[in-house]
Amino acid sequence: MKILVPIKRVIDANVRVHVKSDGSGVETANIKMAMNPFCEIAVEEAIRIKEAGHASEIIVITIGTSQCQDILRSGLAMGADRAILIETEAELQPLAIAKLLKAIVERQSPQLVILGKQAIDDDNNQTGQMLSALLGWAQGTFASKVVFNDGNVEVTREIDGGLETVSLQLPAIVTTDLRLNEPRYIKLPNIMKAKKKPLDILCPDDLGIDVNSRLKVLSIEQPAKRAAGIKLADVQELMDKLKNEAKVI
Amino acid sequence: MNFQLNNEQQMIVDSIRVFLEKEIYPYEAETDRAGKVPEELGNQIREKAIETGFLACNLPESVGGGGLDYTTLGLIERELGKVSYALGGFIARPTELLLACEGDQIDRYLMPCVSGEKHEVFALTEPSAGSDIMSMLTRAVRDGNDYVINGSKHFISSPCLPDFAIVFAITGMDETKRGPRKRITAFLVDLDEKGFDIRLGPQCASQRAYRTYVLSFDDCRVSQDQILGEEGKGMELVDKWLSMGRVWVGAQSCGKMERLLELATDWAATRKQFGKPIGHFQGTSFKLADMATELQAADLLVMHACQKADRGNMTGEDAAMAKLFASEALGRAADHTVQIFGGMGLMEDLPVERLWRDARLERIWDGTSEIQRHIISRSLLRPFEN
Repeated sequence: MKILVPIKRVIDANVRVHVKSDGSGVETANIKMAMNPFCEIAVEEAIRIKEAGHASEIIVITIGTSQCQDILRSGLAMGADRAILIETEAELQPLAIAKLLKAIVERQSPQLVILGKQAIDDDNNQTGQMLSALLGWAQGTFASKVVFNDGNVEVTREIDGGLETVSLQLPAIVTTDLRLNEPRYIKLPNIMKAKKKPLDILCPDDLGIDVNSRLKVLSIEQPAKRAAGIKLADVQELMDKLKNEAKVI
Repeated sequence: MNFQLNNEQQMIVDSIRVFLEKEIYPYEAETDRAGKVPEELGNQIREKAIETGFLACNLPESVGGGGLDYTTLGLIERELGKVSYALGGFIARPTELLLACEGDQIDRYLMPCVSGEKHEVFALTEPSAGSDIMSMLTRAVRDGNDYVINGSKHFISSPCLPDFAIVFAITGMDETKRGPRKRITAFLVDLDEKGFDIRLGPQCASQRAYRTYVLSFDDCRVSQDQILGEEGKGMELVDKWLSMGRVWVGAQSCGKMERLLELATDWAATRKQFGKPIGHFQGTSFKLADMATELQAADLLVMHACQKADRGNMTGEDAAMAKLFASEALGRAADHTVQIFGGMGLMEDLPVERLWRDARLERIWDGTSEIQRHIISRSLLRPFEN
């Protein structure tokens, strides 16, 4: 069984992000980039599934500029077998990404696609679900546990108020939540070996997919600064503020 | 010159950084306060260093090391400089001197150090022989096929009790044009060798949990097979690696400076006095500017030396300049950071006072700043001497 792991290059989670002065986006020039943390969890899970003998090959894939090769190499150093880059300069929306991934799934025929539940840059949380719908495959989103039972995959999902366990028939889509696993340290010899693993580069035209965006980002703003707190005299005053000032009750 | 990290180098830096943040940062304060590293914790770090392949990353692939170039090693040392050496020292990076092992020595000393089963110390310094290493008193006198060692060594640093020591001793005198010169030989001496005693030395203000041992030799008899390299060629062996060690001190100083700059910047941006963050006052912000500028300059000197080492043409002066400037810039950065933090900078609750104490050592070990200046100036004046 093959596993496809779509991953995304985002601003490193430790970097303090700031909005460009013209409001067109966030500053990414000279900023450290890294693999989206949820995607790292997806790569780790795929490796564990392979190590447990349920899979034979792991393919990591990303869609973006040629710089995205760095996160593919990280995925290969973690333990993926080969990588695919769909190279494009365009800013793609989740639907376009899902369509491109569908085309790749049709070419590569994996039985499982495992990906992060969302990317920490735009927090869309859509690609996995869209891909599932486009392929007509079962989906187990927000996974905190993944267990293989011949032909089926049991996914424990983190939902509001508790955990839900679903059984999916393969082929299936799994999206990873934070508590699924802790990604391993990349080993020094594997970093060297990653150089020699295959990395194929395609472009959206090769796949015949229209990636034109139907959405336009009008502006991006820094969140409002939190004002200092105040001390209130009594509950009466608190109720009044909640009702008339904050307008939350 | 190109100082852009390639993809592998960036991955290695990221990988070691995550390792240090998870495995070492959380234990720094308590081990520093306790003045020692619990055995279990040391073993845990060593195990993980073995697992990730960083334990002997400095040695060639042919002996099971990482097979990395000096530039990449410099980047690793830079990251390791950020953490307490008492803990970081369990990512052993065995001394390159062991590459001189021959015959049985390879399986007895070199390979167990590569695999993490054994740990060595480098025993050169003596109470009366610091910067002036040729005033060494420890002697090894030949007796048949053996040598009998007498003398003592101090400031022999290690994160833990070693399994053996590389001991330097005088084995004779040579007549040179400039007068008599001591023949110095390196010996591999096991800890359980009769007549070899090892004790904990005085507590150091820098790197409090790192151990400094005192080694004494009282008629300690070792076979001539225990000579590392050749008889009388001990200093040549040291000289081969000494300069690189200095570049590593420079790299570690840069790492420490980066950590201090991050702490200082964060504090300057968030600590408020007179109604605004103290970073809005130039008395504070200009200190940050100086620290950032000196860090960049130090990094460039270190990378310059590393790249020349990779090309095989690094000079002793290149290494001395990198060590001198980086360790002194670190001293200034540590002092600025304490000043920016004010009283809190000296409190044990924050890492600043520890980093400030730790920084002081870098201007002393592996050749004091004065020795580095001597090396640099001597190279300038040499052409004028007959």
